[in-house]
Amino acid sequence: MTSAVEISSLTRVFNPKKKKEGKSITALDNVDLRINQGELFGLLGPNGAGKTTLLKILSTLLLPTSGSASIAGFDVAKDFLEVRKRINMVSGGEISGYGLLTVRENLWMFCQFYGIKTSIAYQRIDEMLELFGMASKKNEKVRTLSTGERQKMNVIRGFVTDPEILLLDEPTLGLDVNASRVIRDYIVNWVKNGKGKTVLLTTHYMAEADQLCDRIAIINQGKILACDTPENLKKLVKASRTLKLEVTMLRNKDQFGLVPGVEKFTYIDDYDKGITVLKFVLSDESAVNDIVSELLKEHAKIVSLQKTEPTLEDVFIKMVGKGFE
Amino acid sequence: MSDSWVIRNLRAIRGRAYPRVIGSIREPSWVIFDIALPLLTVAAYVYLYKFIDAPKEFVGFVILGGAMTAFWLNILWSMASQLYWEKETGNLSLFLMAPVSRMSILAGMAVGGLFFTTLRAGSTMAIGILVFGVALSLSNPLMLIAIFVATMVALYGMGMMLASLYLLFGREAYNMSNLLTEPIYLVSGFYFPVSKLGFWTAAGASVIPITLGLDALRQLFYPATGVQYAFLSIHLELVILCVLCVVFIFLSKASLDYMEKLGKTSGRLTLRWQ
Repeated sequence: MTSAVEISSLTRVFNPKKKKEGKSITALDNVDLRINQGELFGLLGPNGAGKTTLLKILSTLLLPTSGSASIAGFDVAKDFLEVRKRINMVSGGEISGYGLLTVRENLWMFCQFYGIKTSIAYQRIDEMLELFGMASKKNEKVRTLSTGERQKMNVIRGFVTDPEILLLDEPTLGLDVNASRVIRDYIVNWVKNGKGKTVLLTTHYMAEADQLCDRIAIINQGKILACDTPENLKKLVKASRTLKLEVTMLRNKDQFGLVPGVEKFTYIDDYDKGITVLKFVLSDESAVNDIVSELLKEHAKIVSLQKTEPTLEDVFIKMVGKGFE
Repeated sequence: MSDSWVIRNLRAIRGRAYPRVIGSIREPSWVIFDIALPLLTVAAYVYLYKFIDAPKEFVGFVILGGAMTAFWLNILWSMASQLYWEKETGNLSLFLMAPVSRMSILAGMAVGGLFFTTLRAGSTMAIGILVFGVALSLSNPLMLIAIFVATMVALYGMGMMLASLYLLFGREAYNMSNLLTEPIYLVSGFYFPVSKLGFWTAAGASVIPITLGLDALRQLFYPATGVQYAFLSIHLELVILCVLCVVFIFLSKASLDYMEKLGKTSGRLTLRWQ
């Protein structure tokens, strides 16, 4: 299978401008990755994991400190002009473009930077605005758009230049369910019908990665911890039991990690509902009794108890020892 | 993407010029701020010259200077600081990622700015001529076009160079613009013939292309008085302006390449808060 992206021993270190501003940060640490042509590949990790840094290197905006990366066989550091002809990138929460231009004009302007003829550009723009349910907004000024509409326009900007490889950095960040669904559906169809079109999607939404991606790499602190299909990744915790407990607000939680049979655990305090949500990966199901005993010691009441199917979040918890939140 | 490199870059120039051009139509508030207000400064000098019985051509000198001021302000407040603001809005990453020369993006900014500012400068001049009853006698239209084009290419070349350098200064760009506004008004002779500052000051100020351009325009519009107060001959000024065109365009390319390299190494161009 032809590879769209090849990354080998890639490391990126950010040095502070002045020594007193702190230590160097290793954003990417010896990353190896291969993304096949025609694949919808996900990069899953919490904030600060190195996802955006990797995308910036692939989009020729940043140089690696060491190692190499290539897109469609072209080195991102040396052959950056060839790489740029083949890619586009969209980030979540982008405010690019000019507010006084209309949606159609903004998209046309970006097409001009890719040398697309005006007649072809308008044809593509109109088709895509229709597909994204934005046709009625095409002559509206960009500054009048809602967040969701603006992000749909940004996503159209990425697709309208017809790249071979599209880099999507948290494209549904902060969007409502409907806007996110429209964008996700389009991404899936574009890869499926695109004859070799490739998408590299970074996200910290587990369900999004699970739903969309052919393969997923889990990244944390600049290192790739695992890379496989969502099904295979979930098999990593299949042998274990996963348990979700909602209890009245807990003050002390650390002791749950010490309960025999608990492989990993994570928690979230939901102050609106006044509950603590505990998630456990158990190597031994009998640990449930000890967990309940610990809860009783804390005078906590169990609101709900659920044995769950393993999710990518459980995989992440098992590998990193903590959740995303 | 089968079109030639030149066609692609011409499209990029058109694409980047478009927001500037369309902005002048969609946001007509500039008529008040950019034409009416500068005319007040022009009027102050006009009445001063009338009060001291200066040669009547001096009123024309001031109106020409007032019109050319618009170009300098456009360079400082729009062209030079533009890349910095493009970085803040996230456009810069998209420009850098596009498969065209970065110079064509900057050239697009310059063409758009030039179009918009020519409208402003033309309006200031027309209103000034009408209000103050100024008579102009153009001696050599072809030379006028040559001087104007050379001045604008050199000036916007300088703006393209400053655009990259301003990225280095980040938030201090505004202070830099303030710093360069008033002193340049003085030494470029916007409101009086630059030759009055003495040879060496005028020679130093000639690094700003508008100094020589304005001096040459005054000589072309007022052959008698203009030559009397001229700094250099029109032909020599044209030659120097042509040299400045080459120098500034070369320097703008070099500074842009340097900034891009620095940005790719340090990550500064793609992180908004740096």
